[in-house]
Amino acid sequence: MINRDLVIVGGGSAGLASAISAYDNGVNDILILERNGELGGILNQCIHPGFGLHHFNEELTGPEYAHKYIEELKKRNIQYFLNTQVISISNEKIITYINQTGVNTIKAKAIVFAAGCNERTRGQISTPGCRPKGVYTAGLAQRYLNIEGRLVGKKVYILGSGDIGLIMARRMTLEGAKVLGVSEIMPYSNGLKRNIAQCLNDFNIPLRLSNTVTKIFGRDKLEGIEISDVDSNLRPIKGTEKYIECDTLLLSVGLYPFNSLLKEAGCLVNKETKGSLVDQNLETSIEGIFSTGNVLHVHDLVDFVSEESERAGKNAADYILGKRSNVINKLEVKHSLNVGYVIPSIINARSENEDIIFSFRVKKNIKKASIILKNSAKILYSCIKKNLVPSEMIKLKVKNLELIGTDNIQLEVIENE
Amino acid sequence: MNLNQEYDVIIIGAGVIGCAIARYLMRFDVNLLVLEKHNDVGDEASGANSGIVHSGYDPLPGTNKAKFNVIGANMMKSVCEELDVAYENIGSLTISFSEEDNATLEKLHERAIKNGVETKILTKEETLEIEPNLSSEIKGALLAPSAGIVSPFALTVKLMENAMDNGAQLMLNEEVVKIEKIGEIYKVFTKKGNEFIAKTIVDAAGLYSDEVLEFIEKPSFKVTPRKGEYFVLDHFNRNFIKHTIFMCPTKVGKGVLISKTTSGNYLVGPSNDSCDITDVSTDSETLSEIKKIALKICPTLPFDENIRQFSGIRPNSDVDDFVIKESEKNPNFFIVGGIMSPGLASSVAIGEYVSNLIKDKLSLKINKKFNSRVRQHITLKKLGAELYNHLIFREPLYGRLVCRCEKISEAEIIDAIRRNCGATTVKGIKKRIRPGFGKCQGTFCEAEVVKILAKELRKDISEICYSELGTNVVLKSLKGDSDDK
Repeated sequence: MINRDLVIVGGGSAGLASAISAYDNGVNDILILERNGELGGILNQCIHPGFGLHHFNEELTGPEYAHKYIEELKKRNIQYFLNTQVISISNEKIITYINQTGVNTIKAKAIVFAAGCNERTRGQISTPGCRPKGVYTAGLAQRYLNIEGRLVGKKVYILGSGDIGLIMARRMTLEGAKVLGVSEIMPYSNGLKRNIAQCLNDFNIPLRLSNTVTKIFGRDKLEGIEISDVDSNLRPIKGTEKYIECDTLLLSVGLYPFNSLLKEAGCLVNKETKGSLVDQNLETSIEGIFSTGNVLHVHDLVDFVSEESERAGKNAADYILGKRSNVINKLEVKHSLNVGYVIPSIINARSENEDIIFSFRVKKNIKKASIILKNSAKILYSCIKKNLVPSEMIKLKVKNLELIGTDNIQLEVIENE
Repeated sequence: MNLNQEYDVIIIGAGVIGCAIARYLMRFDVNLLVLEKHNDVGDEASGANSGIVHSGYDPLPGTNKAKFNVIGANMMKSVCEELDVAYENIGSLTISFSEEDNATLEKLHERAIKNGVETKILTKEETLEIEPNLSSEIKGALLAPSAGIVSPFALTVKLMENAMDNGAQLMLNEEVVKIEKIGEIYKVFTKKGNEFIAKTIVDAAGLYSDEVLEFIEKPSFKVTPRKGEYFVLDHFNRNFIKHTIFMCPTKVGKGVLISKTTSGNYLVGPSNDSCDITDVSTDSETLSEIKKIALKICPTLPFDENIRQFSGIRPNSDVDDFVIKESEKNPNFFIVGGIMSPGLASSVAIGEYVSNLIKDKLSLKINKKFNSRVRQHITLKKLGAELYNHLIFREPLYGRLVCRCEKISEAEIIDAIRRNCGATTVKGIKKRIRPGFGKCQGTFCEAEVVKILAKELRKDISEICYSELGTNVVLKSLKGDSDDK
C-alpha cells in the first residue's frame, strides 16, 4: 500500500480547484483520481458559454473554464490518474481504486471527495406510462450531442426547467430538432433567469409552469406524452390533460450528490442535501475527509464550486500540515422551515470568533427577507436580502461570528412585507 | 443459411420456457432451431417478473403447477451453478394479519405437506425476530425455507447460451405467422417471409401460446393476460429484509410481495389486473396502492430509494394450470402454454420434462459432447482483488470500469457481446450484466455501452438499438434527417 498526503477523488471543477489550493497552501504530495479519460468532469460536455463570470470576470465555455484550471494544475506538476475508478473508501482513509494497472490501495493523510452529482431519473420521479426508448436525462442527451456529435431525436419535449434542460432546448433547436415545450411542476422555474430568456424565450419555446408529464406512450419507441396541470399539492388536475406527439422526452428534474462512497465509508449524511454532513471547514464526520462541490450539495454555478473547493483544498492542507488548533466548542447549525438546507451543519469552533461561510437555499420565492443568525440568547448577525428564489443558492459570509457560550446556531429567513 | 434445411425440432418462443426446453434438448443429438419474434431472448414475461423461485407449497396438489414447481425449485440451485446464474436460497415468509389469515396459513401448511414442501408456522415473535423490519401488526407467518431468488434475465439468457454452445440455433426477429402440416412434417412461416421445416414443433410462445396453437388447431385454452406493476428500490441494505415476504394469498393471487433480488435491490409489487396483451405501462393509482400495501407489511420500507417502476404481463390462462402436452390431433406438436406463476421456478423442470418427451418421440440419441456448463463470467466480486489484478495484467480492459453503480468493466461488457446468445442492444447488456440497472439508470454509462457495442459489432453508433429493431439510440449524423424513419 502506498502512502500519500492528499488524495482527491474526482478531477472535475471541484477536484481541480481543491488540488491547486492544497498545493498553494503547502502540500506537494497530491494525487487526483479521475474516472474519465480526461480532466474537467462534466464541464467538457458543457460547450455553451456562461461560465467564469464570477470567478474570472469573463464569459467562458465549460471546456475553456476547465482548461484554465488544468493549466494551473500542470504548472504545479500535480499528479493525476485518468480512467481510474475509486471503488471504496474506508474510515481509515484507505482508498481502493481500479484502473488498467490493477486494483490498488492508497493510505491518505487526507481525502478531498469531489465526485460530483448525478441526474435524477424517470424512476426517481415515478413518471407513469410505458418504458420506450426516447426518454433521456438532459445530461445524457447533451453528452450524445456535444461529445459524440449525435442528436437523440427530432421532436423533443422537456420535463423540468433545470438549467441543463434549458441549455439543451436551445442546443437541440440549433442542431435542427424541434423543441415543443418545457413543463415545470413547480409554479416557478428552477433554472437561472438568463437561461429562461436566452434558451426558451429567444426561440419561442413555451414554458408551462405548474404542469407535468403524466403519461408516456409507445411500447418500444416513444410516440408521445400526456401533460397535465397540477394543483398546489403538485397533484395532476383531471381534465387538463393534453397529448403531445414527440420522439424524445428530456428530463431535467434535478441533480443529487453521488455520495455513495462516503456514505459507505461511514460519513454521516445530510438528509436534506443527500451529501455528507460537514462542518465550516467542509470536513465530514470522519476527521481528514473533506467533501466539496456537487457531491456535497448541488451548485448553480461552477464558479461557486471552484470557490468552495479552494476552501476544501486549503482546509485539507491545514489539516495535513498540523496547522489547526484544538476544537473548543461544537455547535449545531439549525434552520427555520422556509430554508431548504444550510451548509455547514455543524461548526467545530477552534477560536471564540471565526469567519464562517453559510450556503443555503430557501424553499419558495421570497421578495424580501431578513436573514438572521441567532443562538438561544441573542441575535448574532442579521441582514436583508431581496428576491430569494429556490433555484439560486445564497452565500453568507459572516465575519467574526461568536462561537462560544452556546451549542447551536439557528439560521432564520423571515419574510418581510 | 439453408432455409430448406429440415430441423428435428423448432421451438417457437425464447422466453425462459423455450430456452429451458432448448437447453435440455441439446443433451440429445438433435438439430434444433429456436424462433423468437423479439430482438433478444426473454423480452416478455421472462424479463419482467418477481424473480422468485417459489418453494411449491401454494399450487393445488396434483396440478402441473405443483409438480413442476417442486421439481424445478429443487433443481434450480445446481442449474444456476452450471449456468453461472445468480441464485440465492433466501426462503420465503407468508405473513398473516388476522385470525382468518392464520387459518389460511394452516391450510397452506397442510398443502405444503401434500406437495412435499417443507414449511413451518412461525409465531409473531419468531417472525419478528428473523425479520425485525416487518410491521408489529403481523400475527404470524409461514416459513418456506426452500424458496429462493434467481436473476430471471440471466437464467433465460444462459439457458439459451448453453443450448447454443451445444449446437442449437437461435433466430431473433422471426415472428411466426403461419404453420402448415405437410404430411408428417411442419412448415413454419415467419413475418419476414422465411419458411422453416421441422419434424417437431414446440409452442413455447408464452403470452401468445394460444395464438400460435391456433395456426394449427383450435386451442384448448385461452391466455388471459394479467399485468403486474412493481417498484424497484436501490441496493441500500442487503439485510433490511432477508426473506421474500408474501401477503397471505387471496383468490386473485399471491398479492403484493417484498423481495430482495439477486443484485441486492428490492422489488415491491406486483399488482394483478387484467390488461391488453401488449400494455406494459404503469399507472400512478396502481403504484400508490402497491405502496400502501407494502408499507402495511413493512412501515419503514424506504421508498425514497425507489429507482424505477416497471410492469410485466403474466401469461395466465383460463384453465388455471400449465398446459404441457403433445397435441392429440397433430402428433409431434408439443404445447407448452399458459406458463404463469410459478413458471420461472418450474422452468427448468418443464425444460427437462418436455425435452424427454421429444427424445422418446423422436428416439433421439444421447449427445455425448453435451457440456452442461457455460464459461464463467469474471467479476471483481467473484475473484477478489488479488486474482483480479492478475486478470487486469493480462487484459487491461478489466480495469476499465464502465458502470460505476454496479462496477462493471469494459472487458465484461465485451464478453457479454461475444458469447453465444450475446448482447446486441443496450437493454441486452443491461439484462446480462447490469450496466443501466443501478441508481443512475444508465445516465452515466449508456453512451459508453453504445460505443462498445458499436465497436464490437462493427457498426456505427447510430445503428445500435436500445431494445427492438428501430429503437436506435442516436440519429445518424448531427444535422442529417435521412435516418428519420
